[in-house]
Amino acid sequence: MRVKDHNHLFAEPEYRELFETKRSFEDAADPAEADRVAAWTRGGEYREKNFARQALKVDPAKACQPLGAFLAAAGFAGTLPFAHGSQGCAAYFRSHFNRHFKEPFAAVSDSMTEEAAVFGGLNNLLEGLENARALYRPEMIAVCTTCMAEVIGDDLSSFIQNAREKGVIPADFPVPFAHTPSFAGSHLTGYDNMLRGILSHLSAGRESGPGNGRLYVVPGFDGHVGDLREVRRLLAAMEVPHTLVPDYADRLDSPLTGRYELYPGGTPLEEAADCGNALAAVCLQRWSTQKTAEFLAAERGREVVTVPMPVGIRNTDRLLEEVRRLTGRAVPPAILAERGRAVDAMADSHPYVHGRRVALAGDPDLVLGLISLLRELGAEVVHVVSTNGDAAFTQEAEALLAEAGAGPGAVHTGRDLWHLRSLVLTDPVDLLIGSSQLKWLAREAGLPLVRVGFPLMDRHHLHRYPIVGYQGALNLTTWIVNTVLDELDRSSDGRNFDFIR
Amino acid sequence: MSEPAERNQALIEETLAVYPEKARKERAKHLQVNDPGGGCPVKSNVKSRPGVMTARGCAYAGSKGVVWGPVKDMVHVSHGPVGCGQYSWAGRRNYAGGERGVDSFTTFHITSDFQERDIVFGGDKKLAQLCREVRELFPLAKGITIQSECPVGLIGDDIEAVAKQMTEELGIPVVPVRCEGFRGVSQSLGHHIANDSIRDHVLGTRQLPDPGPYDVALIGDYNIGGDAWASRRILEEMGLRVIAQWSGDGTLNELGQTPAAKLNLIHCYRSMNYICRHMEETYGIPWMEYNFFGPTRTKESIRKIAQFFDGRIQECSEAVIQKYEPLMRQTIERYRPRLEGKRVMLYVGGLRPRHLVGAYEDLGMEVIGTGYEFGHSDDYQRTYPELPAGVILYDDVTAWEFERFVERLAPDLVASGVKEKYVFHKMGLPFRQMHSWDYSGPYHGFDGFPVFARDMDMTVNNPSWSLIRAPWDRKEEA
Repeated sequence: MRVKDHNHLFAEPEYRELFETKRSFEDAADPAEADRVAAWTRGGEYREKNFARQALKVDPAKACQPLGAFLAAAGFAGTLPFAHGSQGCAAYFRSHFNRHFKEPFAAVSDSMTEEAAVFGGLNNLLEGLENARALYRPEMIAVCTTCMAEVIGDDLSSFIQNAREKGVIPADFPVPFAHTPSFAGSHLTGYDNMLRGILSHLSAGRESGPGNGRLYVVPGFDGHVGDLREVRRLLAAMEVPHTLVPDYADRLDSPLTGRYELYPGGTPLEEAADCGNALAAVCLQRWSTQKTAEFLAAERGREVVTVPMPVGIRNTDRLLEEVRRLTGRAVPPAILAERGRAVDAMADSHPYVHGRRVALAGDPDLVLGLISLLRELGAEVVHVVSTNGDAAFTQEAEALLAEAGAGPGAVHTGRDLWHLRSLVLTDPVDLLIGSSQLKWLAREAGLPLVRVGFPLMDRHHLHRYPIVGYQGALNLTTWIVNTVLDELDRSSDGRNFDFIR
Repeated sequence: MSEPAERNQALIEETLAVYPEKARKERAKHLQVNDPGGGCPVKSNVKSRPGVMTARGCAYAGSKGVVWGPVKDMVHVSHGPVGCGQYSWAGRRNYAGGERGVDSFTTFHITSDFQERDIVFGGDKKLAQLCREVRELFPLAKGITIQSECPVGLIGDDIEAVAKQMTEELGIPVVPVRCEGFRGVSQSLGHHIANDSIRDHVLGTRQLPDPGPYDVALIGDYNIGGDAWASRRILEEMGLRVIAQWSGDGTLNELGQTPAAKLNLIHCYRSMNYICRHMEETYGIPWMEYNFFGPTRTKESIRKIAQFFDGRIQECSEAVIQKYEPLMRQTIERYRPRLEGKRVMLYVGGLRPRHLVGAYEDLGMEVIGTGYEFGHSDDYQRTYPELPAGVILYDDVTAWEFERFVERLAPDLVASGVKEKYVFHKMGLPFRQMHSWDYSGPYHGFDGFPVFARDMDMTVNNPSWSLIRAPWDRKEEA
C-alpha cells in the first residue's frame, strides 16, 4: 500500500478535474490575461513601478525588535525572556525560533489586553513576574516590550522598581529590561538593546577591578548556532580565556537526552556582570551590536573592537589578528592547517564558482561577510538586498564590490524581496544566496538557492553548521559549489552530463 | 470517582500547588477530569494569566492567520509594524491554486511596515497610498483586506474611512478588519471579527448564476496540506455542488455568493460558527457540523449530510462509502496493529481536540487527555461525550501544566503545536505537530486518513527514539 500524501495526491486526474470544477466558482481571471500580467510583472516597466512604490512592502526580509531581544536574552544562563505587551507577540517569536532552530524556546509574556491598553500594563507585569518566577524558576528575567506597550507609553524602569518595592521580586533578583519598539529598526536593534540592557543591569555598581583577563566576544544576531560553537573553539585553540555574550548555542542546539531542561547553557551571569573588567571586547557584527559596543567601551574604557563578521578567509584572518593583538596569544599550527584546508577547498572548487553571477539578501553584517567570501571565490555579486541595511552599509558594500571592479547600483537597502525579484528577473543571475524566504523567487526564476542566514524554515540542520571561521568558509564553499554542480546536472540534456568534476 | 479520575485529580492538584494563590485559583477552573455528562464544566475563553507561558496567540492571528489569510485572490495587508506579518508568513500551509503575485497572494508578507512617524502622525495616508500601490502592482487582485496590528487601534487611525474611500477609488472591495492583537483573550475574537467583516463587506455581493438544489458551502476548512480538496472530493462524489470554500483555497467570489447555498457544512465550528448563524438568521440557510477525520466519523457525517437531501444523494453517498471501504480497510489492517493501545495526549485549537478522537480510535489508539487553546464552553460541551470518564481536560494549558501532565501520564504520542513539539522531543516522546499536520497532510476525508495513519505510525514507531541512551549510559538508567 503506497500512501499518497500532499506531495503526490493532487496530481491525480480526479483532483485535476476537481480543480477545474472549483475554478468555475472562482470568477478566476482569464488564463491569457493572467499570463499577460505574469509576463508584465517580470519586465522592465514593472521593475520601474515596483521601485517607485512608497508605502507598500512586499516580503520584507526583516523582523521586529522584540524578536532580537528574545534571542539575546536566551543566551544568558537561567534567563527567561519576557515580553511586556500582547501575548500573541511572544507566541509568534517562540514559534518563529522553533521553526528555525527546531528547538524549544521557553519565554513568556504578560498578556496585556484592552484593559491594560487603557490603564497601562503595570498589574500585568507584576503578576507576570510573580507567576513566571514561581513556575519556571529562572535566575534572571529579561523584559522587553511589544509595540502595544510602547504606544501606550509604559515605563519599564519604574514598573520594575515598583515590583521590587511591592516585594513581587526580591531586591537582588536580576530583571534587566529594554524598550524595543517594533516600529523602529529591526530584530538587530532589539538584540542590541536587550544585550546592552542586560549587561548594564548586571554590571551596575560593580567595582572596577584589576581586570579578569578574559576576552569578551559579542557574536551579534546569528541564526547559525554553529557559529557560536566555532568561535569558542577557535578561542579555546588559542588558549584565550573568553566569554561569549550572549551564548545561546546550548539553549538552541541541545542534545536529546530524554530530559527537558528549560535553560541549558548560556553566558554565566557572573561573567556577564564582570564585563567591565574584561581584557577587551570584540564584536563580530556591527549592525546588531552598536549600542552594546558603546556601552562596553564607555563603561571602563577597555578596548572594544568591531570586526567584520568573520565569514570567509580574510575576515577570519582579521578576527584572529585582532585576537592576537588584544591577547598576545598565538594562532596554533592546527588552526593554520585548518585555514590551509579551507583555502585548498576553495582553490579546488573555483572553476564552478568563478564568474558566477550571484544575488543575495539578508542582514547587513551577514551580507558583507558573504560578499567578502564570494569575492575570494571569484564570484560576481550582482544584486544585494538588505531590508534592514542603512547608508553606512551601502557604502561598505559598494566599496567591497568596487574593489572587485563593480560599479555602483548593486546594493539596495530598505528594499524587499519583491524588489529583488524584479532585479533578478530583469538582470539575471546564476545563483541566489539567502534565507528560506527566497524560495519563491528561486522557483519562479528557476534558480538554485544556497540557504544561509535567518530564518531557515524549509531545510534541516544547516543552522547547526558554522558559517564563520575557516570551518565556516569550508562549509559555505561546499554548499555553494555543490549547489552549482547539482544545478548543472539537473539542467543537463544528457550530452554534457559529467561524471568527474 | 474512577481510578484514572482520582489519579488525574490528584495530578491536577499537585501541578497547581506551585502557583501563586491568585493564578492557582484561576487555573484550577480550567483543569478537570472528564464527566461525559458534562457535570464538571471546564472554564474557558477568559484571559490567560500573565507570565504563565500560554500557547495562545492574538486576534490578528485569528483573522489574518486563520480566516482571511487563505482567501487567495485578495491581498491581505498586515497593517502596522513589520513583525506580525513576518512571523505569520506562509506558516499555516493553506494550499491554494493560482500563480503567486499574479492571481494568488496567500504566501505573501505584505505590510505597511510602520515606522515611528506613522505612530506619531497616524498611518491613514500611508494606508491609502499602499492600497493604490497594491492596485497598480497586482492588477488581478480582487480586493484588499486591512489586518490591523496593535498600534492601529491605539493611535486612533480611521481605517474604516480609508477603506471606504479606497473601495470607491479603486473599484475593488477594501475591507477594514479591527483585529488588533490586544483585543480579546486569544485568536478566537479574531475569528469572530474576521467573520463579521466578511459579513459586512463581502457576503451577498456576488450572485451565483445558476443555483441548484444540491448547492452547499464548505465552511471552516483552511485547506491545510490540501484538507479542503480531500473533503470537497467526497462532497462532489456524493452528488453535491460545492459553491464556496471558506476559506482554504477560497476566493472573494465564493465568499460573496455563499448565500445561494442550500446548506452550510461547517468543519471548524469554533472559527466560523458566527457566519453560519448569521446566514441562518438572515438567509434562512441551515448549517450542519460534520467530522471528516477517520473513517468512522467520516461515514457518519456523510450519512448525516445525505439525510438533508433526497434519495439520489443518499444513494450516491452509500456508493461513495462503498468505494472507499477497501482503502479504509487496508489502512486499518496495515496500521492498527502497529498502533493498537497506544495512548495520545492532545492539545490543539479549533475543532481538533474533539474531532480527532474518532480518528485515533479507528487506529486503536486511546486519547487520555485533551484541551483547547482558545475554545469556548460550547466546544467543551461537544467534547465531554466524546471521551470516557476520568480523561484529563485542560483549557489554555500552561507549559508548566502540560509538561507535568505528560511526564506523569507518559503517553505514547503527544499531538500539539510547534511551541510544544521540541519540548517533548527532548523528553524522548514521539510528537506530531497537529496545527499544520507537521508539514504533511491532507488529514481530512478518505484520502486523508491513510496519510494520518502513516504519519502517526512513523512517529510512534520511529527507530530514532531508541537511540537516546548510549550503551555505556544504560546501567545508570537501570
